[in-house]
Amino acid sequence: MTSIAIIDYGMGNLHSISKALEHAAPDARVEVTADHGRIRDADRVVFPGVGAIRDCMAELKRYDLVETIRSAASEKPFLGICLGMQALLDHSEENGGIPCLGIIEGEVRYFGERPRDPTSGEILKVPHMGWNQVRHRREHPLWQGIPDNDRFYFVHSYYVEPANPDDTVGAAEYSREFAAAVARDSLFAVQFHPEKSQHAGLRLLANFAAWDGQP
Amino acid sequence: MALAKRIIPCLDVDAGRVVKGVQFVDIRDAGDPVEIARRYDQEGADEITFLDITASSDERETMAHVVEQVAGEVFIPLTVGGGIRTTDDIRRMLNAGADKVGINTAAIFNPDFVREAAERFGSQCIVVSIDAKTVSAEDEAPRWEIFTHGGRKPTGIDALAWAVKMQEYGAGEILLTSMDRDGTKRGFNLPLTAAVSAAVHIPVIASGGVGNLDHLVDGITKGHADAVLAASIFHFGEYSIGQAKQHMAEAGIEVRL
Repeated sequence: MTSIAIIDYGMGNLHSISKALEHAAPDARVEVTADHGRIRDADRVVFPGVGAIRDCMAELKRYDLVETIRSAASEKPFLGICLGMQALLDHSEENGGIPCLGIIEGEVRYFGERPRDPTSGEILKVPHMGWNQVRHRREHPLWQGIPDNDRFYFVHSYYVEPANPDDTVGAAEYSREFAAAVARDSLFAVQFHPEKSQHAGLRLLANFAAWDGQP
Repeated sequence: MALAKRIIPCLDVDAGRVVKGVQFVDIRDAGDPVEIARRYDQEGADEITFLDITASSDERETMAHVVEQVAGEVFIPLTVGGGIRTTDDIRRMLNAGADKVGINTAAIFNPDFVREAAERFGSQCIVVSIDAKTVSAEDEAPRWEIFTHGGRKPTGIDALAWAVKMQEYGAGEILLTSMDRDGTKRGFNLPLTAAVSAAVHIPVIASGGVGNLDHLVDGITKGHADAVLAASIFHFGEYSIGQAKQHMAEAGIEVRL
Protein backbone atom coordinates (compact mmCIF):
# COMPACT_ATOMS: atom_id res chain seq x y z
CA MET A 1 0.00 0.00 0.00
CA THR A 2 1.43 3.34 -1.03
CA SER A 3 1.26 6.37 1.23
CA ILE A 4 0.64 9.86 -0.11
CA ALA A 5 1.29 12.99 1.96
CA ILE A 6 -0.55 16.14 0.91
CA ILE A 7 1.41 19.09 2.26
CA ASP A 8 -0.80 21.34 4.38
CA TYR A 9 0.75 24.77 4.86
CA GLY A 10 -2.40 26.87 5.14
CA MET A 11 -2.72 27.67 1.43
CA GLY A 12 -6.18 26.63 0.45
CA ASN A 13 -8.71 23.97 0.93
CA LEU A 14 -7.23 20.48 0.73
CA HIS A 15 -10.53 18.69 1.01
CA SER A 16 -10.95 18.30 -2.76
CA ILE A 17 -7.50 16.94 -3.52
CA SER A 18 -7.65 14.53 -0.63
CA LYS A 19 -11.10 13.22 -1.62
CA ALA A 20 -10.11 12.91 -5.27
CA LEU A 21 -6.94 10.96 -4.43
CA GLU A 22 -8.89 8.60 -2.18
CA HIS A 23 -11.36 8.08 -5.01
CA ALA A 24 -8.73 7.65 -7.74
CA ALA A 25 -6.43 5.43 -5.66
CA PRO A 26 -8.62 3.56 -3.16
CA ASP A 27 -5.67 1.45 -1.99
CA ALA A 28 -3.47 4.42 -1.13
CA ARG A 29 -3.17 5.86 2.36
CA VAL A 30 -3.79 9.58 1.90
CA GLU A 31 -2.78 11.99 4.61
CA VAL A 32 -3.02 15.79 4.84
CA THR A 33 -0.06 16.95 6.94
CA ALA A 34 2.48 19.65 7.72
CA ASP A 35 4.66 17.27 9.71
CA HIS A 36 8.22 16.93 8.37
CA GLY A 37 8.57 13.33 9.49
CA ARG A 38 5.27 12.27 7.87
CA ILE A 39 6.24 13.99 4.62
CA ARG A 40 9.71 12.41 4.71
CA ASP A 41 8.27 8.94 5.37
CA ALA A 42 5.53 9.10 2.72
CA ASP A 43 6.06 7.21 -0.53
CA ARG A 44 4.69 10.12 -2.55
CA VAL A 45 4.12 13.79 -1.93
CA VAL A 46 1.51 16.20 -3.27
CA PHE A 47 2.29 19.91 -3.04
CA PRO A 48 -0.95 21.85 -3.65
CA GLY A 49 -1.73 25.53 -3.24
CA VAL A 50 -4.11 28.31 -4.16
CA GLY A 51 -3.86 32.02 -3.45
CA ALA A 52 -1.01 34.48 -3.78
CA ILE A 53 2.67 33.53 -4.11
CA ARG A 54 3.89 35.93 -1.41
CA ASP A 55 1.68 34.24 1.19
CA CYS A 56 2.65 30.83 -0.16
CA MET A 57 6.41 31.43 0.22
CA ALA A 58 5.89 33.08 3.62
CA GLU A 59 3.89 30.11 4.90
CA LEU A 60 6.43 27.59 3.59
CA LYS A 61 9.11 29.40 5.59
CA ARG A 62 6.89 29.75 8.65
CA TYR A 63 6.22 26.00 8.62
CA ASP A 64 9.93 25.46 7.89
CA LEU A 65 8.98 23.30 4.91
CA VAL A 66 11.41 24.58 2.27
CA GLU A 67 14.10 21.93 2.72
CA THR A 68 11.55 19.15 3.24
CA ILE A 69 9.90 20.03 -0.06
CA ARG A 70 13.24 20.35 -1.83
CA SER A 71 14.33 16.86 -0.77
CA ALA A 72 10.91 15.27 -1.43
CA ALA A 73 10.92 16.78 -4.93
CA SER A 74 14.25 15.13 -5.74
CA GLU A 75 13.75 11.79 -3.97
CA LYS A 76 10.27 10.43 -4.69
CA PRO A 77 7.18 10.82 -6.85
CA PHE A 78 6.18 14.43 -6.30
CA LEU A 79 3.15 16.25 -7.70
CA GLY A 80 2.87 20.05 -7.63
CA ILE A 81 -0.57 21.53 -8.28
CA CYS A 82 -1.45 25.11 -9.32
CA LEU A 83 0.39 27.46 -6.93
CA GLY A 84 2.34 24.39 -5.83
CA MET A 85 3.68 24.25 -9.40
CA GLN A 86 4.45 27.96 -9.62
CA ALA A 87 6.36 27.89 -6.31
CA LEU A 88 8.82 25.38 -7.84
CA LEU A 89 10.17 27.97 -10.29
CA ASP A 90 12.97 30.50 -9.63
CA HIS A 91 10.84 33.60 -9.40
CA SER A 92 7.29 34.95 -9.80
CA GLU A 93 6.12 38.33 -11.10
CA GLU A 94 3.17 38.25 -8.68
CA ASN A 95 3.07 40.63 -5.66
CA GLY A 96 5.76 42.86 -7.18
CA GLY A 97 8.25 40.00 -7.63
CA ILE A 98 8.82 37.08 -5.25
CA PRO A 99 11.75 34.62 -5.21
CA CYS A 100 10.49 31.03 -5.26
CA LEU A 101 12.02 27.60 -4.59
CA GLY A 102 14.19 27.40 -7.72
CA ILE A 103 13.71 23.65 -8.20
CA ILE A 104 12.75 24.21 -11.87
CA GLU A 105 14.60 27.03 -13.64
CA GLY A 106 12.33 29.69 -15.04
CA GLU A 107 9.82 32.44 -14.34
CA VAL A 108 6.16 32.78 -13.37
CA ARG A 109 4.52 35.52 -15.44
CA TYR A 110 1.22 37.42 -15.52
CA PHE A 111 -1.21 36.96 -18.42
CA GLY A 112 -1.94 40.69 -18.32
CA GLU A 113 -5.25 42.34 -17.53
CA ARG A 114 -6.90 42.09 -20.93
CA PRO A 115 -4.83 39.74 -23.08
CA ARG A 116 -6.04 38.93 -26.57
CA ASP A 117 -6.50 35.70 -28.43
CA PRO A 118 -3.80 35.87 -31.14
CA THR A 119 -6.07 34.31 -33.79
CA SER A 120 -9.48 35.87 -33.17
CA GLY A 121 -8.35 39.11 -31.52
CA GLU A 122 -10.99 38.49 -28.82
CA ILE A 123 -10.23 40.02 -25.39
CA LEU A 124 -9.72 37.23 -22.87
CA LYS A 125 -10.77 37.23 -19.23
CA VAL A 126 -8.24 36.91 -16.42
CA PRO A 127 -8.14 34.65 -14.43
CA HIS A 128 -7.95 31.92 -17.04
CA MET A 129 -10.85 29.94 -15.59
CA GLY A 130 -12.43 26.79 -16.96
CA TRP A 131 -11.72 23.74 -19.09
CA ASN A 132 -8.84 24.01 -21.54
CA GLN A 133 -7.02 21.49 -23.68
CA VAL A 134 -3.62 20.13 -22.74
CA ARG A 135 -1.33 18.96 -25.52
CA HIS A 136 1.21 16.31 -24.57
CA ARG A 137 4.65 17.60 -25.48
CA ARG A 138 6.15 14.20 -24.84
CA GLU A 139 5.13 10.86 -23.46
CA HIS A 140 5.07 10.47 -19.72
CA PRO A 141 3.71 7.74 -17.39
CA LEU A 142 1.29 10.30 -15.91
CA TRP A 143 -0.35 10.82 -19.31
CA GLN A 144 -1.17 7.13 -19.60
CA GLY A 145 -4.80 6.62 -20.62
CA ILE A 146 -5.37 10.36 -21.07
CA PRO A 147 -5.98 11.39 -24.68
CA ASP A 148 -3.84 14.14 -26.18
CA ASN A 149 -5.71 17.50 -26.08
CA ASP A 150 -8.06 16.33 -23.33
CA ARG A 151 -9.51 19.13 -21.20
CA PHE A 152 -8.57 19.97 -17.60
CA TYR A 153 -9.94 22.60 -15.22
CA PHE A 154 -7.75 25.71 -14.75
CA VAL A 155 -8.02 28.75 -12.46
CA HIS A 156 -4.99 31.06 -12.54
CA SER A 157 -3.79 34.52 -13.57
CA TYR A 158 -0.06 33.68 -13.69
CA TYR A 159 1.62 31.02 -15.80
CA VAL A 160 4.88 29.12 -15.70
CA GLU A 161 7.64 29.68 -18.25
CA PRO A 162 10.43 27.11 -17.72
CA ALA A 163 13.90 28.19 -18.89
CA ASN A 164 14.48 24.76 -20.34
CA PRO A 165 11.74 23.93 -22.88
CA ASP A 166 12.35 20.22 -22.28
CA ASP A 167 10.84 20.57 -18.80
CA THR A 168 7.40 21.21 -20.36
CA VAL A 169 5.46 17.94 -20.77
CA GLY A 170 2.06 19.50 -21.41
CA ALA A 171 1.14 22.78 -23.07
CA ALA A 172 -2.07 24.83 -23.16
CA GLU A 173 -3.01 28.04 -24.93
CA TYR A 174 -4.51 31.18 -23.50
CA SER A 175 -3.42 34.32 -25.32
CA ARG A 176 -0.12 32.45 -25.70
CA GLU A 177 1.20 28.95 -25.25
CA PHE A 178 2.19 28.17 -21.66
CA ALA A 179 3.36 25.20 -19.61
CA ALA A 180 0.31 23.34 -18.28
CA ALA A 181 2.55 20.56 -16.96
CA VAL A 182 6.28 20.30 -16.26
CA ALA A 183 8.27 17.20 -15.36
CA ARG A 184 11.79 16.27 -14.46
CA ASP A 185 12.90 12.94 -13.00
CA SER A 186 10.44 12.02 -10.21
CA LEU A 187 8.82 15.46 -10.19
CA PHE A 188 5.60 16.31 -12.05
CA ALA A 189 3.70 19.57 -11.68
CA VAL A 190 0.49 20.84 -13.21
CA GLN A 191 -1.10 24.26 -13.50
CA PHE A 192 -4.61 22.80 -13.72
CA HIS A 193 -6.58 21.11 -10.94
CA PRO A 194 -6.66 17.34 -11.50
CA GLU A 195 -8.95 17.01 -8.46
CA LYS A 196 -11.57 19.10 -10.31
CA SER A 197 -11.01 17.72 -13.82
CA GLN A 198 -13.39 14.78 -13.71
CA HIS A 199 -12.26 11.65 -15.62
CA ALA A 200 -8.98 13.03 -16.98
CA GLY A 201 -8.02 14.44 -13.60
CA LEU A 202 -8.83 11.27 -11.67
CA ARG A 203 -6.85 9.25 -14.20
CA LEU A 204 -3.83 11.50 -13.72
CA LEU A 205 -4.10 11.08 -9.94
CA ALA A 206 -4.42 7.30 -10.29
CA ASN A 207 -1.34 7.33 -12.55
CA PHE A 208 0.53 9.35 -9.94
CA ALA A 209 -0.43 6.91 -7.17
CA ALA A 210 0.98 4.06 -9.26
CA TRP A 211 4.04 5.86 -10.70
CA ASP A 212 7.52 4.54 -9.91
CA GLY A 213 9.03 8.00 -10.39
CA GLN A 214 10.83 7.13 -13.64
CA PRO A 215 10.27 9.68 -16.41
CA MET B 1 -7.07 24.79 -28.72
CA ALA B 2 -9.19 27.18 -26.74
CA LEU B 3 -10.82 27.61 -23.39
CA ALA B 4 -14.31 26.10 -23.40
CA LYS B 5 -17.39 28.14 -22.53
CA ARG B 6 -18.94 26.56 -19.47
CA ILE B 7 -22.45 25.21 -18.88
CA ILE B 8 -23.40 25.35 -15.22
CA PRO B 9 -26.60 23.75 -14.00
CA CYS B 10 -27.91 25.43 -10.88
CA LEU B 11 -29.76 23.61 -8.12
CA ASP B 12 -31.99 25.78 -5.95
CA VAL B 13 -32.06 23.89 -2.67
CA ASP B 14 -34.72 24.40 -0.02
CA ALA B 15 -34.33 22.34 3.16
CA GLY B 16 -32.34 19.69 1.32
CA ARG B 17 -34.59 19.40 -1.75
CA VAL B 18 -34.09 20.85 -5.22
CA VAL B 19 -36.82 23.32 -6.16
CA LYS B 20 -37.19 25.92 -8.86
CA GLY B 21 -39.39 28.93 -8.49
CA VAL B 22 -40.86 31.01 -11.29
CA GLN B 23 -39.80 34.49 -10.23
CA PHE B 24 -39.43 33.10 -6.74
CA VAL B 25 -43.13 32.37 -6.26
CA ASP B 26 -44.40 29.13 -7.75
CA ILE B 27 -41.95 26.60 -6.35
CA ARG B 28 -41.89 23.08 -7.81
CA ASP B 29 -40.08 20.13 -6.24
CA ALA B 30 -37.45 18.65 -8.54
CA GLY B 31 -35.80 16.07 -6.34
CA ASP B 32 -32.74 14.97 -4.42
CA PRO B 33 -29.75 17.32 -4.91
CA VAL B 34 -27.13 14.57 -4.60
CA GLU B 35 -28.81 12.40 -7.21
CA ILE B 36 -29.33 15.33 -9.57
CA ALA B 37 -25.72 16.55 -9.17
CA ARG B 38 -24.49 13.04 -9.96
CA ARG B 39 -26.60 12.97 -13.13
CA TYR B 40 -25.35 16.39 -14.27
CA ASP B 41 -21.76 15.33 -13.70
CA GLN B 42 -22.30 12.21 -15.83
CA GLU B 43 -23.94 14.31 -18.54
CA GLY B 44 -20.86 16.56 -18.73
CA ALA B 45 -21.71 19.62 -16.63
CA ASP B 46 -18.63 21.85 -16.38
CA GLU B 47 -19.45 22.98 -12.84
CA ILE B 48 -22.43 22.74 -10.52
CA THR B 49 -23.89 25.59 -8.49
CA PHE B 50 -26.07 25.12 -5.44
CA LEU B 51 -28.22 28.01 -4.34
CA ASP B 52 -29.44 27.64 -0.79
CA ILE B 53 -32.85 29.30 -0.70
CA THR B 54 -33.71 27.95 2.75
CA ALA B 55 -35.21 30.74 4.77
CA SER B 56 -34.32 29.49 8.23
CA SER B 57 -30.76 29.38 9.46
CA ASP B 58 -31.30 26.00 11.20
CA GLU B 59 -31.37 24.40 7.75
CA ARG B 60 -27.90 25.71 6.82
CA GLU B 61 -26.28 22.50 8.02
CA THR B 62 -28.47 20.59 5.58
CA MET B 63 -26.79 22.44 2.70
CA ALA B 64 -23.31 21.70 4.03
CA HIS B 65 -24.27 18.06 4.27
CA VAL B 66 -25.52 18.01 0.66
CA VAL B 67 -22.26 19.57 -0.53
CA GLU B 68 -20.24 17.06 1.45
CA GLN B 69 -22.04 14.12 -0.14
CA VAL B 70 -21.71 15.55 -3.67
CA ALA B 71 -18.02 16.46 -3.21
CA GLY B 72 -17.22 12.88 -2.24
CA GLU B 73 -18.15 11.59 -5.69
CA VAL B 74 -18.37 14.48 -8.15
CA PHE B 75 -14.97 15.86 -9.16
CA ILE B 76 -15.80 19.10 -10.94
CA PRO B 77 -15.97 22.59 -9.40
CA LEU B 78 -18.85 23.13 -6.96
CA THR B 79 -20.18 26.54 -5.98
CA VAL B 80 -22.52 27.28 -3.08
CA GLY B 81 -24.47 30.50 -2.78
CA GLY B 82 -27.29 31.73 -0.58
CA GLY B 83 -26.93 32.77 3.03
CA ILE B 84 -23.16 33.36 2.87
CA ARG B 85 -22.70 36.24 5.32
CA THR B 86 -19.54 35.61 7.32
CA THR B 87 -16.09 34.13 6.80
CA ASP B 88 -17.27 31.28 9.03
CA ASP B 89 -20.06 30.55 6.52
CA ILE B 90 -17.43 30.43 3.77
CA ARG B 91 -15.11 28.20 5.75
CA ARG B 92 -17.94 25.80 6.55
CA MET B 93 -18.84 25.43 2.85
CA LEU B 94 -15.21 25.07 1.72
CA ASN B 95 -14.64 22.45 4.41
CA ALA B 96 -17.73 20.62 3.21
CA GLY B 97 -16.11 20.43 -0.24
CA ALA B 98 -17.28 23.53 -2.11
CA ASP B 99 -14.66 25.16 -4.35
CA LYS B 100 -16.32 28.56 -4.58
CA VAL B 101 -18.95 30.49 -2.67
CA GLY B 102 -21.41 33.01 -4.03
CA ILE B 103 -21.81 36.22 -2.04
CA ASN B 104 -24.85 38.32 -2.78
CA THR B 105 -26.77 40.40 -0.22
CA ALA B 106 -23.92 40.44 2.30
CA ALA B 107 -21.75 42.23 -0.27
CA ILE B 108 -24.34 44.97 -0.69
CA PHE B 109 -24.61 45.62 3.04
CA ASN B 110 -20.88 45.32 3.60
CA PRO B 111 -18.66 45.45 0.48
CA ASP B 112 -15.56 44.99 2.67
CA PHE B 113 -16.77 41.45 3.36
CA VAL B 114 -15.82 40.61 -0.25
CA ARG B 115 -12.35 42.06 0.22
CA GLU B 116 -11.87 40.22 3.50
CA ALA B 117 -13.13 36.95 1.98
CA ALA B 118 -10.86 37.27 -1.07
CA GLU B 119 -7.83 37.99 1.09
CA ARG B 120 -8.58 35.11 3.42
CA PHE B 121 -9.59 32.42 0.93
CA GLY B 122 -8.29 33.71 -2.42
CA SER B 123 -10.19 35.41 -5.25
CA GLN B 124 -10.54 32.10 -7.09
CA CYS B 125 -13.24 30.98 -4.66
CA ILE B 126 -15.20 34.23 -4.37
CA VAL B 127 -18.10 34.61 -6.79
CA VAL B 128 -20.10 37.80 -6.38
CA SER B 129 -23.75 37.30 -7.35
CA ILE B 130 -25.45 40.32 -8.85
CA ASP B 131 -29.24 40.43 -9.18
CA ALA B 132 -30.01 43.24 -11.61
CA LYS B 133 -33.11 44.68 -13.22
CA THR B 134 -33.59 47.13 -16.06
CA VAL B 135 -34.69 50.47 -14.59
CA SER B 136 -34.55 52.69 -17.71
CA ALA B 137 -37.58 53.43 -19.83
CA GLU B 138 -37.68 52.01 -23.36
CA ASP B 139 -36.67 55.27 -25.04
CA GLU B 140 -33.78 55.89 -22.61
CA ALA B 141 -30.19 54.67 -22.64
CA PRO B 142 -30.27 51.33 -20.77
CA ARG B 143 -29.60 51.36 -17.03
CA TRP B 144 -29.61 48.42 -14.66
CA GLU B 145 -29.91 48.47 -10.91
CA ILE B 146 -29.14 45.94 -8.17
CA PHE B 147 -32.19 44.47 -6.43
CA THR B 148 -32.41 42.37 -3.28
CA HIS B 149 -35.09 40.13 -1.77
CA GLY B 150 -35.66 38.06 -4.89
CA GLY B 151 -35.93 41.14 -7.11
CA ARG B 152 -38.44 43.07 -5.02
CA LYS B 153 -36.26 45.65 -3.29
CA PRO B 154 -34.29 48.27 -5.26
CA THR B 155 -30.95 49.39 -3.82
CA GLY B 156 -30.22 52.38 -6.05
CA ILE B 157 -26.87 50.80 -6.97
CA ASP B 158 -25.91 50.83 -10.65
CA ALA B 159 -25.16 47.28 -11.82
CA LEU B 160 -22.15 48.14 -14.02
CA ALA B 161 -20.46 50.29 -11.39
CA TRP B 162 -21.12 47.57 -8.83
CA ALA B 163 -19.56 44.84 -10.99
CA VAL B 164 -16.41 46.93 -11.43
CA LYS B 165 -16.28 47.66 -7.72
CA MET B 166 -16.65 43.99 -6.79
CA GLN B 167 -13.81 43.12 -9.17
CA GLU B 168 -11.63 45.71 -7.44
CA TYR B 169 -12.58 44.24 -4.06
CA GLY B 170 -11.30 40.84 -5.13
CA ALA B 171 -14.21 38.95 -6.71
CA GLY B 172 -12.84 36.18 -8.93
CA GLU B 173 -16.00 35.84 -10.98
CA ILE B 174 -19.44 37.41 -11.37
CA LEU B 175 -22.72 35.53 -11.45
CA LEU B 176 -25.10 37.91 -13.14
CA THR B 177 -28.83 37.23 -12.80
CA SER B 178 -31.35 39.28 -14.65
CA MET B 179 -34.27 39.59 -12.26
CA ASP B 180 -36.66 40.72 -14.98
CA ARG B 181 -35.97 37.47 -16.83
CA ASP B 182 -35.46 34.92 -14.04
CA GLY B 183 -38.00 32.13 -14.33
CA THR B 184 -39.65 33.60 -17.45
CA LYS B 185 -37.99 31.31 -20.05
CA ARG B 186 -37.63 34.32 -22.37
CA GLY B 187 -33.84 34.20 -22.50
CA PHE B 188 -31.05 36.16 -20.82
CA ASN B 189 -31.11 39.94 -20.62
CA LEU B 190 -28.45 40.20 -23.35
CA PRO B 191 -27.74 43.97 -23.27
CA LEU B 192 -27.16 43.73 -19.49
CA THR B 193 -24.93 40.66 -19.87
CA ALA B 194 -22.86 42.22 -22.66
CA ALA B 195 -22.47 45.49 -20.74
CA VAL B 196 -21.24 43.76 -17.56
CA SER B 197 -18.95 41.42 -19.47
CA ALA B 198 -17.32 44.39 -21.23
CA ALA B 199 -16.97 46.36 -17.99
CA VAL B 200 -14.88 43.75 -16.11
CA HIS B 201 -11.88 41.54 -16.88
CA ILE B 202 -13.01 38.65 -14.66
CA PRO B 203 -15.32 35.90 -16.01
CA VAL B 204 -19.07 36.54 -16.10
CA ILE B 205 -21.70 33.81 -15.73
CA ALA B 206 -25.03 34.70 -17.36
CA SER B 207 -28.14 33.63 -15.49
CA GLY B 208 -31.88 34.14 -15.45
CA GLY B 209 -34.42 33.38 -18.14
CA VAL B 210 -33.18 30.35 -20.08
CA GLY B 211 -36.11 28.59 -21.75
CA ASN B 212 -34.42 26.82 -24.66
CA LEU B 213 -31.00 25.92 -26.02
CA ASP B 214 -30.77 28.93 -28.35
CA HIS B 215 -30.87 31.13 -25.26
CA LEU B 216 -27.66 29.47 -24.04
CA VAL B 217 -26.00 30.18 -27.40
CA ASP B 218 -27.15 33.82 -27.32
CA GLY B 219 -25.71 34.27 -23.82
CA ILE B 220 -22.27 33.47 -25.21
CA THR B 221 -22.41 34.95 -28.72
CA LYS B 222 -24.50 38.07 -27.97
CA GLY B 223 -24.10 38.47 -24.22
CA HIS B 224 -20.34 37.66 -24.37
CA ALA B 225 -20.65 35.63 -21.17
CA ASP B 226 -17.91 33.17 -20.24
CA ALA B 227 -20.37 30.67 -18.83
CA VAL B 228 -24.12 30.13 -18.86
CA LEU B 229 -26.18 28.99 -15.90
CA ALA B 230 -29.63 27.43 -16.05
CA ALA B 231 -31.85 25.51 -13.70
CA SER B 232 -35.32 24.44 -14.72
CA ILE B 233 -34.61 23.43 -18.33
CA PHE B 234 -32.29 20.74 -16.98
CA HIS B 235 -34.19 19.65 -13.85
CA PHE B 236 -37.44 18.74 -15.50
CA GLY B 237 -35.75 16.73 -18.23
CA GLU B 238 -36.58 19.15 -21.05
CA TYR B 239 -32.96 19.04 -22.17
CA SER B 240 -29.86 17.19 -21.04
CA ILE B 241 -26.53 18.92 -20.49
CA GLY B 242 -25.21 16.83 -23.39
CA GLN B 243 -27.87 18.18 -25.75
CA ALA B 244 -27.11 21.71 -24.63
CA LYS B 245 -23.41 21.26 -25.34
CA GLN B 246 -24.07 19.66 -28.71
CA HIS B 247 -26.29 22.57 -29.63
CA MET B 248 -23.66 25.09 -28.58
CA ALA B 249 -20.93 23.22 -30.47
CA GLU B 250 -23.09 23.26 -33.61
CA ALA B 251 -23.39 27.03 -33.19
CA GLY B 252 -19.58 27.23 -33.32
CA ILE B 253 -19.01 27.67 -29.59
CA GLU B 254 -16.02 25.93 -27.99
CA VAL B 255 -17.36 23.47 -25.41
CA ARG B 256 -16.04 20.46 -23.50
CA LEU B 257 -17.71 17.45 -25.11
